[in-house]
Formats: sequence, C-alpha cells, structure tokens
Amino acid sequence: MNPYDMSARNLLEVDDLRVRFHTPQGVVNAVRGIGFTVGREKVGIVGESGSGKTLTGRSVLRILPHHAEMTAARLRFDGIDLLRASSQAMQRVRGRRISMVMQDPKFSLNPTMTAGRQIAETAILHEKLSKSIARDKVLSMLESVRIRDPRRVFDAYPHELSGGMGQRVMIAMMLITEPDLLIADEPTSALDVAVQNQVLEIIDELVSRRHMGLLFISHDLNLVGSFCDRVLVMYGGQIVETLAGGRLQQASHPYTRGLLAAMPRVDRPSAVLPVLRRDPAWLSLQRPDAGAR
Amino acid sequence: MIELDALSVSFRGGRAAGDVHAVRDVSLRIAAGESYGIVGESGSGKSTVLRALSGLNRNWRGVMKIDGVPQLPVRPRAFHKSVQMVFQDPYGSLHPRHTVHRILAEPAAIHKLDGIDRRVERVLQSVGLPAAFRYRFPHQLSGGQRQRVAIARALILEPRVLLLDEPTSALDVSVQAEILNLLTALRAELNLTYLLVSHNLAVVAHMCDRIAVMQSGKFIEEMPVAQLRAGHSVEPYTTELLRAAQGYAPTTMEAVT
Repeated sequence: MNPYDMSARNLLEVDDLRVRFHTPQGVVNAVRGIGFTVGREKVGIVGESGSGKTLTGRSVLRILPHHAEMTAARLRFDGIDLLRASSQAMQRVRGRRISMVMQDPKFSLNPTMTAGRQIAETAILHEKLSKSIARDKVLSMLESVRIRDPRRVFDAYPHELSGGMGQRVMIAMMLITEPDLLIADEPTSALDVAVQNQVLEIIDELVSRRHMGLLFISHDLNLVGSFCDRVLVMYGGQIVETLAGGRLQQASHPYTRGLLAAMPRVDRPSAVLPVLRRDPAWLSLQRPDAGAR
Repeated sequence: MIELDALSVSFRGGRAAGDVHAVRDVSLRIAAGESYGIVGESGSGKSTVLRALSGLNRNWRGVMKIDGVPQLPVRPRAFHKSVQMVFQDPYGSLHPRHTVHRILAEPAAIHKLDGIDRRVERVLQSVGLPAAFRYRFPHQLSGGQRQRVAIARALILEPRVLLLDEPTSALDVSVQAEILNLLTALRAELNLTYLLVSHNLAVVAHMCDRIAVMQSGKFIEEMPVAQLRAGHSVEPYTTELLRAAQGYAPTTMEAVT
C-alpha cells in the first residue's frame, strides 16, 4: 500500500461519539457527542482531568473499561468500521494499524521481560517474523528512537532504564509494526522537561518520516499548541473549540481563554492569576454535528 | 528566618552502588516574610532539602538555623509549631478515614492548643472552604479542596514558615491558579515565610522573590526572579528550563545511551 495515495483522505473519522457509564447514582455522560477527523497529521486533544480526552482515545481502539457504553454515528479507520468490527478484526487493527503510547513507562512495560524481548514480541505476533529477524528489526528500531547503544538496551530490564529511555522503548514497541495511526496519551507527562522535548522530537520525526497520523492527548495546552498541527479543546465531554497549532492565542472560547490566562508565565508577571469562571452554558449540548472539521 | 550552610544529605546505597549524595553543599539564606523557590527536575535533590529542613530526614550534615536558632537532627515539638510542610499529593497526604475536622484538630491537640473547635472553623474559612466541610471525608472532596485542607492543616498551628513541596503539580491548571492565589494571599495576611520547591519554573517565578536552580544535588544558580524574567540567567541548564516552559521546540539533538 502506497501511503501517499491516502494522504488526502482521512485516516480516522469520528462522528457523534458518546461514552456513558451506568452507575447506581444514574448515567454519567463522559463523552457527549463529539466528531473529528485525523489525517496524516498531528492532531492534539487537550483538556483537564475529566474532560473525556483519554476515553476518546481509548474508544478508537475499543479498549474502554468494560462497564462503559460507547456509541457513535461513525467510527471508521481507513475504511474499517470500528463499531462493527469483530474482536478478531480489532485485534488485527490494534498494535499493527493503530498503536498507543501510554503515560508512564514504569507501569506499562513488563518488568519481568527485557526491553528487546517485549519489543520483539509485538513484531513476532503481528508479522510472524522469526526471532533472529525480529532481533535485527528491534535493534534498528531502537536506533531510530536515538538510543546510542541498542544492544545494551535490548538486554536491559525496564527497571534498569531511566524514564526517558523507558518511554523510547515504549515508542519503539509501538512503531515497530509501522502503524498508520499513533495514539499518544500524555506520552511525556511522567518525564522531566529536558527529556520531554527529546521524546517529542523523536515522535515528531518518526510521524513525519513515516507519514503517519498522530492523535496526541494531553492536559498541557502550551505543549499541544506548539507540537500539533491542529488542537481540539475538550471540556465536559465535548469539543468546545478547534485551533490551528501555534495559534493558541487566537482562541475564542472562554474556557480556552480562561485556561491560558490561569497559567503563570515567566515572561508575564502578575500579582494574582485570573481564575477560570466555569459557565454552566459550556456544558449545554451543541448541535450534534457541531464538532471539529 | 532560614539559614543553611553547606547542607549535605546522603543515602546509603546498595551493596555495589555506594552512597548516593542527594544534596551537596547547599547554602541559602531566606529572610522573614520572603518567598524563596527551588526549581529542579526529579532526582535533583530539591525535595530532600525540604525534608531535611522539616526534620523528616535526620541524616544530614551542615549547619541549619531557623530564626537564628541552630537545629539538631531531632526537633523539639515547638519547632513543628513554627515550621510546617505541605506535600505534593493531596490524595496521599490526608488520612482517608479521618474527617476534615479530625485531620485539622489532630495537630492542634498534639500541641495542646485550646479552643480547637474555633480554630478549625477559622482555618477552614481562611483557606476558603465552607464550615460544613469539617464533617466530610477526603474522598468527598475534589483535588483542589483536598489541597486546601492540607494547607489548613499546616496553618492551624499558626506557623511562621511554610515548606511547600510541589503544592500544585497534582492539580489541573485552573485549580492550580486558585491554590497559588490562596498561598499568595495567606503569605501577605499572615506574614509567612515560604520555601517552595517545584519542577515548574513558571510556578516558582510566579510565587517567589528569589529562586535557586538545582541540578544533581547542587545549587547551580541563584538569582532574583526579576533577573530570570529579564533573561539574565547564566547557566545553560537554566536556559533550557526556560525554553521548555514555553512548550515544544525542536532542536538538533544527540542520541543518548
């Protein structure tokens, strides 16, 4: 498949996605009818805790908690209807076509397996490679996430790696199958700022070189704004605003503007930080088709 | 108010690793009523400085004075009345099965203060929580409300110094602004001295008069915040932290081992 044939098309199409939880206290609507598309570009979802951003990412892979109820008018990935796909079909999508990088390498790598074996496992499972071919592929993958001594890292256990190295191993594992779409949920939040920038650079380079789509989920408005081509701002399970990357200052929704103002800035001293005033009207449902295009 | 001279803290390492020198030769002077910040990344030793100051870590060397009084590793009860600490994680630092009232009343009872009921009421008011919250349990509070309770617990003893260890890094940006504003107002109202530690340069710059940048257990740079804002930092590491505070910026970078 020539990836360039698809460059004009959307990889992922989401329309009227809803996630509900049935609790003894009643129904909790966590994602409330959102729509967006992702092409071969970097799309960010930004929001505070409880905004529904993580559930949105997990809905795409259908890895929601089992008591969650997900519906959508449309949830398509590269012509595959993810709503109706069988669990075997989903298994072929997960990891091979769509991968997910999670927040903290400490909790998402298997502590009893060497880094190399875990990365190879993905390749062997999805591509039926022999062990020695898989090993070569893993080593070159480790090199492409800019690990200088791939052999040492291959044989290292996760506890022998720093946070930044662990996250590189995770990215290597997620990209070894050459997926078309990468979902990264707070991939750098557990890392120090200096390392954070390096890991983002690796993602940036790999995504553009392999012509992939990226759905980048984060609470960090500045980070997402400077990293992504497009930013969807979520609040209370809805997309309240879509912004072009690098254009955060042109945000028009009072929620986005409030968040930007509430952040202390080194270059802008202020005695008192403006506090976000939440307007209940932000939660009133918009037209079902008023999502981001 | 706070004086440190050549403070060093080491931890016993494993059999092969040898000792870990978490803090090396740190000296600082903080005047009464001043707000001083330490910025650094995880493992830089910034929290260890606070833990040594608060008496949680007794294994330190150097000279430590609070209000001119030299301190020993083991502190008398009166010390804790004047120096209190607020921790990073409001989910972990409050007893899950104690009511807010009990959480706040306990330090007052330990220090044999009178009129505990009245004190609890007053301290809840000063951190902006309704009086009825004293009957709640931590799980019935939001993250921001929990951090208000943690600040109230520190304030109920009417201390002169607050040691703040990443007080807002577990909170959303909008809640962070509320807690930072509360801390600013309390310092002005009660004439408190703050020593604040954070990995977030913008938060430290907002809250403090002077800052120290810490890396690998050492202070590599100390300056008034105005100097930082003007871009007059010297150390490349400080520049890197400044740049990272602005968001993502691609550079040409090296592989790591």
